[in-house]
Amino acid sequence: MKFAIQINEGPFTHQAADTAYQFTKAALENGHEIFRVFFYHDGVNNGTMYGVPPVDDRNVSALWSELAEKHDLDLVVCVAAAQRRGIMDADEAKRHGKGASNIAPKFRISGLGQLIEAGIQADRLLVFGD
Amino acid sequence: MSTLHTVNKSPFERNSLDTCLSLAGNGSTVLLIEDGVAGALKNTTATQSISDAMGKGVKFAVLGEDLSARGLPADRIIDGISVVDYTGFVQLAADHDNVQSWL
Repeated sequence: MKFAIQINEGPFTHQAADTAYQFTKAALENGHEIFRVFFYHDGVNNGTMYGVPPVDDRNVSALWSELAEKHDLDLVVCVAAAQRRGIMDADEAKRHGKGASNIAPKFRISGLGQLIEAGIQADRLLVFGD
Repeated sequence: MSTLHTVNKSPFERNSLDTCLSLAGNGSTVLLIEDGVAGALKNTTATQSISDAMGKGVKFAVLGEDLSARGLPADRIIDGISVVDYTGFVQLAADHDNVQSWL
């Protein structure tokens, strides 16, 4: 079955980002397909590579990057939500005259159309947030 | 049309469980996750509304990992609520026609 995931909450805020990760991991382990993971609202904060949690704590962004690397996941960060919160890839950073990009590996920035498409293409869309 | 409802807030903090139960019908399942697992406990102010919904044919499940993370043992759970793991969560999502998250 094809699942699409929407995440509206940042890492270390409450639990939604963790639940979404665990659900996605379990779905993949059970042979399901993840059509796309869409990071929206504060959820875009999962897409920064500059988070440095203590070594004995989970690094939510890095976990997503690793899972995406392993399963070739499509991790999409909403561009409008990302601009507001300072999440940028190289093109966005250049366009806005910022010094550097901070988007985590395997994440990409795109628009809301990607969420709509995920809702249409996937069999189920699950929303995780606070 | 069957729906899986997920509730991630404690019924003692927000009214999302009550709102969910007012709309969940026969054939639906309510999965309690995150702080929502508190709603699965016996002898609370939420117990009656869960029993009433069970009487209408709504099924209930609770995420075991989130119970354990809060130190809540399975023997304190209302009879008839099944304890599932993340694989069970995925299975419930697949088994229902759609998933409604009550945030």
